[in-house]
Formats: sequence, C-alpha cells, structure tokens
Amino acid sequence: MTVTHEDELQEQFDATIARHDRIEPRDWMPEGYRKTLVRQIAQHAHSEIIGMQPEGNWITRAPSLRRKAILLAKVQDEAGHGLYLYSATETLGASRRELTDMLISGKQKYSSIFNYPTLSYADVGTIGWLVDGAAICNQVPLCRTSYGPYGRAMIRICKEESFHQRQGFELLMTMMRGTDEQRAMVQESVDRFWWPALMMFGPPDADSPNTAQSMAWGIKRDTNDELRQKFVDMSVPQAEVLGVTLPDPELRWNDERGHYDFGQPDWEEFAQVVRGAGPCNTQRIAHRKRAHDDGAWVREAATAFAAREI
Amino acid sequence: MTEIEWPLYEVFVRGKRGLNHVHVGSLHAADDEMAVRHARDVYTRRNEGVSIWVVRADAITASSPDEKDPLFAPAGDKVYRHPTFYSIPDDVPHM
Repeated sequence: MTVTHEDELQEQFDATIARHDRIEPRDWMPEGYRKTLVRQIAQHAHSEIIGMQPEGNWITRAPSLRRKAILLAKVQDEAGHGLYLYSATETLGASRRELTDMLISGKQKYSSIFNYPTLSYADVGTIGWLVDGAAICNQVPLCRTSYGPYGRAMIRICKEESFHQRQGFELLMTMMRGTDEQRAMVQESVDRFWWPALMMFGPPDADSPNTAQSMAWGIKRDTNDELRQKFVDMSVPQAEVLGVTLPDPELRWNDERGHYDFGQPDWEEFAQVVRGAGPCNTQRIAHRKRAHDDGAWVREAATAFAAREI
Repeated sequence: MTEIEWPLYEVFVRGKRGLNHVHVGSLHAADDEMAVRHARDVYTRRNEGVSIWVVRADAITASSPDEKDPLFAPAGDKVYRHPTFYSIPDDVPHM
C-alpha cells in the first residue's frame, strides 16, 4: 500500500476527531489509538469483573433481606458492566479468551482500589458512596469519548452507577442514624477508603505520560488531577451531610481557587498496589482463575450440546 | 487446554411497542437460545426491552462504514428527495 493512501486515512481520522465525531469499529485508526483503547477498555472491564469480589464478600452476611437483594443486584450489575466493556473491546479485534487470559496472567491490570479488603459491612456503603462516586466522576466524561462503542457502553454504565452510589450513601446514612458503634464503623471504613478512592484517578498529571496523547485522541476528556479535584469538591459536602470526617488534615476550602485544597495520597503505596503487592492482589486473581477453571466443564458441555443440536 | 470460544452474537432490543429493535451490544453464547437468555440478563435488567433479537455476528453482511463510501454517493446529490427542496408560499395551509 502506498504512503499517500495511509496519509489520506490518517487525515480522515484526524478530521473525524477534530469534528468531535465518533470513530466506529471498522474505520481505519492509527495502531496507537487502537492499542490505547484496548488497554484502557480491557482494564476497565477487568475492574468491573474483579470489583464483584470485595462486595460479593458480604452477600451472605447482609443484615436484612432488603440489603441482600440490593447487594445482589449491584454485584450483578458489575458483571453486566464488565460484559458491556468486553463487548466494546472485542470490536477492536481483541478476543474474549485473550482478555480473560491477560487478566488471569496479570498482563493487563485492573483498578487498584479492588485490591483493598472489605473488613466490615459498612464498607459496602463506603464503596457505593466513594468508590462508585469516583467511578462516576471518571466515567461521565467518557460517555463522550471518541470511540463509539466505548462511549455507548459508558452511557449504559453511568445510568446504573447512579443506583450504586445512592444505595451506598443511604446505607451509610442509616448506620449514622444508628448506635455509636455503627457510627464508629462508618468512620473507620471511610478512613480506610478515602485515600485509595483518590488514587482511582491515577497518578498526578506530571507523572501520567499517556494523558496528553489520550486527550488529543479524544479518548480522555479531563486530566487525572482535574477529575480528582472534582471528586473532592463533590465529596466534602456529602461527608458533612453524613456527619463523617474525611481523614485529610490539609483539606480546606480555598476561596481564591474556588475549590478545596487537599493532601496527596501515598503514591508509593499506589505504585506498590499496581505492582501487585497490595493487600488482596493475589487473592483476587486466584479467585478469578478458580471461577474460570471451575466453569470450564460448563462451557465445554454447552458447546457439545450446541454441536449436537446442529 | 484447547477450548473452543463460544460464537459472538449481536443483540437488538425493542425498547417498547411501537419502536424498532435497536442494536445494544454483543455477547458470547453456545447457541441461539442461550444467546437470548444471556441477552435478557446482560441488556434488560431494568425493563429496557419487550423483545430481543440475537444474530450471530458472522452472519451479518455490512457496508463499509467509511463516510466516503461510494455506496452512499447516489443519495448525495438528490436534494429533490427532501421536502425543503420545494419553495411554497408561507400562507398555504396544512403544507
């Protein structure tokens, strides 16, 4: 193929991005764009799938039938979100089996937040409020991402995340209206999850080498630090309503900036968790692998049954 | 292990009576019936549909989506197919 032809395709691609129009699966796209998308959407899909585990941990011990039904629905949604996103990744030429293998073998990452344990039932509420809240901050701008299938999956997901965040906040409000012991449980849970939630937006902009290119391609719409600021600004008044303290001595309103100032998470801890040395990394992957291996006979049997039908 | 991957299905959902089926995404299933069941669980957990179509992705024939595709060129220069092509005085009623 001639160089001119490639140039023309690149020009068309650039023009589509410049118009804020969407790139669709069978359009020509630069290899870097495709690779970045596969990495980002797969990582997002894996996060949803692994994200079932911390909360799934409490399904059998939910304190009432109402809470159990809610938690079941929520964890089922996470599975659904993972599937929407795997479906979007597959439009880029990745195969589902490949993606599962990459997750299990550790070649592709998932959000570091899910490597933290859920030690008390209050964590179900805190995850809904802070972790899903941070996810919403990240995901709402992604509804306008330049790759069509990714944006459409995000629209679907955002609609459902709103239920996740509200059920979490309601759960915490209920506990805060309870006994001293329950209030202490909520505070202890918020203390553990606040910093990891801030880490969900990724490293500071200065240490995020891919951000500029991703924004030029219209994949990302805001930088990590912009989103983190937005999340802090949203969360402070919510914490006040709840009556919990956010564990950051540097947190205060800055009149000049019109935003809250806040401290930095422990980025060394973040790097460690990303490297695989977080509290639950091994357990999360082992569990996913076991579930996949245990399902092998089901997949095989269904394939055999389908073959017999024809 | 040489496991065969279940085929990919595209999923279309009719949101409510009176609307077309619309493409919502894809999923893997061993056969057609399983694809419908999975589609219900993945794409209609909140009453998003009253009817589901599934079709194997490899059974779909598509035009090239490129906007410059000559396939769509014949429609490009036929402005007279649109109502706005015809100028009619404003005071003609019901037009």
